[in-house]
Amino acid sequence: MALWGMVIDLDRCTGCQACVMACKAENNVPAVGAKEAGLGRTISWMQVLVEESEERTRFLPRPCFQCDDPPCTKVCPVYATYRDPEGIVAQVYARCIGCRFCMAGCPYNAKYFNWRRYQQEAPGQNPDVSVRPKGVVEKCTFCHHRLQKARDRVRAERRELAPGDYVTACAEACPTRAITFGDLSDAGSDVAKLAKSPRAFRVGEELGTKPKVIYLSETEAHGRA
Amino acid sequence: MAVPDATLERDAALFAPIARTGRGFYLTVAVLGLAILWGAIAYWTQFNEGLGVTGLQQPVSWGFYVTNFVFFIGISHAGTLISAILRLSRAEWRRPITRMAEVITVMVLFIGAGQILVDLGRPDRLFNVIRYGRYQSPLLWDATSISAYLTASMFYLYLPLIPDIAILRDRLGKRRFLYSVLAMGWTGSAHQQKILNRAIAIMAVLVIPIAVSVHTVVSFVFSMTIQPAWHSSIFGPYFVAGAIFSGIAALIVAMAIVRRIYHLQAYLKPIHFRYLGHLLLVMTLLWFYLTFAEYLTGYYGNEPEEMKVFWSKFTGPFWPTFWAMLALNFVVPMAFLVNLRNHAVGKTVVASVAVVLGMWLERFNIVVPTLSNPRLPFPVTHYWPTWVEWGETAGSFGLFILLYVLFVKFFPIISIWEIQEGREAGLKDVEERLRTYLPDDTTPEPAHGRARVTT
Repeated sequence: MALWGMVIDLDRCTGCQACVMACKAENNVPAVGAKEAGLGRTISWMQVLVEESEERTRFLPRPCFQCDDPPCTKVCPVYATYRDPEGIVAQVYARCIGCRFCMAGCPYNAKYFNWRRYQQEAPGQNPDVSVRPKGVVEKCTFCHHRLQKARDRVRAERRELAPGDYVTACAEACPTRAITFGDLSDAGSDVAKLAKSPRAFRVGEELGTKPKVIYLSETEAHGRA
Repeated sequence: MAVPDATLERDAALFAPIARTGRGFYLTVAVLGLAILWGAIAYWTQFNEGLGVTGLQQPVSWGFYVTNFVFFIGISHAGTLISAILRLSRAEWRRPITRMAEVITVMVLFIGAGQILVDLGRPDRLFNVIRYGRYQSPLLWDATSISAYLTASMFYLYLPLIPDIAILRDRLGKRRFLYSVLAMGWTGSAHQQKILNRAIAIMAVLVIPIAVSVHTVVSFVFSMTIQPAWHSSIFGPYFVAGAIFSGIAALIVAMAIVRRIYHLQAYLKPIHFRYLGHLLLVMTLLWFYLTFAEYLTGYYGNEPEEMKVFWSKFTGPFWPTFWAMLALNFVVPMAFLVNLRNHAVGKTVVASVAVVLGMWLERFNIVVPTLSNPRLPFPVTHYWPTWVEWGETAGSFGLFILLYVLFVKFFPIISIWEIQEGREAGLKDVEERLRTYLPDDTTPEPAHGRARVTT
């Protein structure tokens, strides 16, 4: 069975936010408006964080890390968030009771809450992704609907799922090809090869969450912060 | 009738709150009603528009409601736990205060559990917790433990209330139907008394582990995550100790108010306040000890994430609430409780009010600073509650006090039969018990065995 993962090359990232915008368009992520954004309620499944230290500034695009041992699913009282067999951490919007325990439990703040009803169903939205109601948690799903579509397509074409059939919107949009997406369990895939690169590291690895989003950086991997 | 009238006349003061209703009562209800109205408007607004009307945001996704939840559930340890311990240890001075404590527990548990409902983004889906309940989640442990505690506490309040309800049924002349139903045919026969005493004893034993479990699993909501300053093995006992600490303080405040308004100085004497004050002093020291151990281990471990939270409390944006907490929970009670030889009532009340406020701040200092310090470099906006959260908090306090006030209007807040039992049976009982502690002074047995050999 596949184990979906992502490699993000920080040495290539320019912080252009193309991934952020592609994600928002693909997944019907609502624009919350200036007032709500000022209160700190922006929803951005893919968020470009800026790490600033004395020597340099670095961009860290952060989707959900799709932990293999996710701290958020452990605390959900209603199975609204769970790790699916292919390693994607899902969120069932129709079941979530909005207790926000998973948000408190996520060490990477990758979960977002609908503090208000931010959008209605409207033309121009992606019909493959449901619009979230108020009061539920939402998160990056590695564009899971694209996997479902890719499956349908390969079934119609009577072939197996090949690399490139299923790619997330952020990976597709990145102009510097900093984001590579694929099956980590397939040793021959680009993503699996890059994950073994000497430049590879995971954020918060010491927490034992086993993130499936792996970063590449010359400096970080050599112990220079 | 179970008890002769002459003895009841002696305790006429205990009937007074039920028999007569003054203007003060209606005024109190009106003021509390306003607070509750504010809370209701706040919740209605939130129900319609979503949690967006609060100050909650990303990353501070828990704030006042969760603080209130932990706080109110903590206060609930006032009652049943303290009452059960005093009953089981046969502390005779418990008699006028046990019921007062038990009522706090039952009333405040409703308010505490209600905070979770208020905090939910989708209260309409509350029953998903039953339909799709996931038992690995600490939230389910909370639901189980709190509902068990609420059930046990209601029984534990009701059982010792039965003889008193029977007295009201026979004597009061109003609400006869209510009291007849609730008295369940109590006649006060020796057989009934025996069963009742046994039932109370069983509940007293049962309720202690349940109470301990309640605040342990409340702490698990935080300590089962891997967040800095939450993931701590001390949290179970720390929360339980804090709960008993705030519970005793709430009990003392309630006692002082009831005593003042209903002129029960004859029943709630300075000695009761002094004893509870000593208990509060012990808990002050225990709370400080646990707080000290918790922060010192964090400080010496010096983990970067842990230290971010640590410094945000000591010198960062949360310094006012942190140092106010230390002052109210340690400095004030220490100053007022070390010497209770005179002015015991006033001193314990000052210390208790400080502790109630301080323990609310303690809960706040656990919930919010950790969430305000995310591991990754997120833009953080300072959490500040809106009128909705203030209103909900005011309404919660108002509803709790209103339920308490109504109880006082319907049932004796000091157990009448237990006071009488203290006068009649208690005195003899204590004397006999004391005798069993002392070395036997009956005629010494004739010396034999070893004694004979030495002579």
